[in-house]
Amino acid sequence: MTEAFLTLRAAPEGRTLLLSGKLNAAGAAALWPVMTRALEEKPKAIDLSGVESLDSAGAILVLRAGNNVPVLGATPDVLAVLERNRAALKAAPLPAEAPRDFAPITAFGGTVFGSIQAALSGIAFAGEALVAAFRVLFRPRMFRGAEFLRHLDEIGLRAFPLTLLLGFLIGLILAYQSSIPLKRFGAEIFVPNLVGISLLRELGPLLAGVVLAGRTGSAFAAELGTMTVNEEVNALRIMGIDPMVMLVLPRLLAGILVMPALTLAMNLAGLAGMTVVMESLGFPWSAVSNQLQQWLSLGDLTGGLFKSACFGLVIAAIGCRAGLSAGFGPRAVGDAATAAVVGGIVAIVAMDGFFAILFFRLGI
Amino acid sequence: MNDETVIRVENLAVSFGPRTIFKDVSFEVKRGEVFIILGGSGCGKSTLLKALIGIVPIAAGRAEMLGVDLAEADAEGRLGLLQRIGVMWQSGALFGNMTLSENVELPLEEHTDLPRPAREALARAKLGLVGLGDAAGRLPAEISGGMAKRAGIARAMALDPPLLILDEPSAGLDPITSAGLDKLILDIARSTGTTFVVVTHELQSILAIGDRCIMLDKEAQGMIATGKPRELRDTATHRTVRSFFRREAA
Repeated sequence: MTEAFLTLRAAPEGRTLLLSGKLNAAGAAALWPVMTRALEEKPKAIDLSGVESLDSAGAILVLRAGNNVPVLGATPDVLAVLERNRAALKAAPLPAEAPRDFAPITAFGGTVFGSIQAALSGIAFAGEALVAAFRVLFRPRMFRGAEFLRHLDEIGLRAFPLTLLLGFLIGLILAYQSSIPLKRFGAEIFVPNLVGISLLRELGPLLAGVVLAGRTGSAFAAELGTMTVNEEVNALRIMGIDPMVMLVLPRLLAGILVMPALTLAMNLAGLAGMTVVMESLGFPWSAVSNQLQQWLSLGDLTGGLFKSACFGLVIAAIGCRAGLSAGFGPRAVGDAATAAVVGGIVAIVAMDGFFAILFFRLGI
Repeated sequence: MNDETVIRVENLAVSFGPRTIFKDVSFEVKRGEVFIILGGSGCGKSTLLKALIGIVPIAAGRAEMLGVDLAEADAEGRLGLLQRIGVMWQSGALFGNMTLSENVELPLEEHTDLPRPAREALARAKLGLVGLGDAAGRLPAEISGGMAKRAGIARAMALDPPLLILDEPSAGLDPITSAGLDKLILDIARSTGTTFVVVTHELQSILAIGDRCIMLDKEAQGMIATGKPRELRDTATHRTVRSFFRREAA
């Protein structure tokens, strides 16, 4: 229950605000709206003779009246709290209001400028990585083999169960869905052709890329982002160790090597899923195998695997760059991880479009 | 300062599994005191602090703060007590996605009905009190270590608690900033009557601000001294206490 009170006493020389009771946080909260209205009456003075106790919140309530309204009747204790808070507020001027003008051209310009800067920074990162790779070629002992093996294990071996599961389910779903329209034409035997080509050329590399971006790109960004925030990356630079060589190259190489393996696993699991569906539709696995051998070429497989290696490189590079360019504070790590996943997925889809046109032109 | 006991600790012991951190720790803190918990690295100073505020479980003994035993208190009693205690963590523990002002406003928002303008003004006042009046709009990542500690104190003081607990306030600070922080603690203690419990091993700070202290020791697994810091420095007979206050190798 509130134990603070406000009374307005009228007199010929002007009105006086009488505050009484316990002016603590609860009292101040209860009296705040009343005080707002009372101050509109331009009181001549504030009488605190009835105030039993006053804390900082109560002091803020009283100090709302400003310095021009004198305070009367306060006990020394109450006055001390009041003066301490008055001095503290004086030392903390009101921050300037940030301009809130709607400036679409400025905002658009800022976005364009930011995008150009990000693109230039990405090119610089790629250049630095290339230079570092050449340096390692001439001085192979600079390459950290143990780190590389750790990444192979973390992003490769440990991702296999998830990749196999996803591949199997995707093959299963594709086969079921495509069998429905094909059945109307009595062409269910062509389901392996459709699923096989889709998986080997497009879906296998793309889905393995999504797995890598979600699972590994974010992990790279979070790990390197934490190192950046903790100034471990600066410590490496000061020790004369190139973070590109120690942190980025092993991850890039692991990404390049792991992705084709994951894609192959995704393809095989997808074909297995499709075979299960075909068996359930009454087609023996030998018929499925025959269809696949007849219609799929080695180019379909190698083209997909080549694409996946490129995806692996790009996903790892985007994850590393997001981590190394992380800002300050704990939020920066989360932002870096998000940027890595979003950037990785967008990049592989865009690259897939590019490869589709390229392969079409080359007749692969 | 008066004789009202703010903290009463009796035969307190904390263990992590089979490892005893300390045992048989007993002391009392009076209202308005600046009480120091000191000792070498790894002796359990911060653990004692965490045991007092209920973060680390107590293996034996009891700790009572402002008349409430956290181990026995129900949820309401516990919340009531925690609102009357302010804690400044070793790193400041400021929330990185909030400005300093928003950090200070957070407990006010949670535990009072004050309207937003009142909370903002109060946060400004608290930041002004610790000398950060012009940094209210900055993020924790944009300020120095010393400023973060002062902002941590401002946040701990948001609800005007009668008891402030500070974990290593001077650690890692330069002597000038450290002395400024000591002065701030003394100013707040003397002007508001707030009781301070300060965990530190900074000798200069201990002598500058401490009314009384206890010293913990890793080997003894408990208290090895209690008294006024200057008296301990001048008259202690225990080898570790003497070495600590005279900055001698043990």
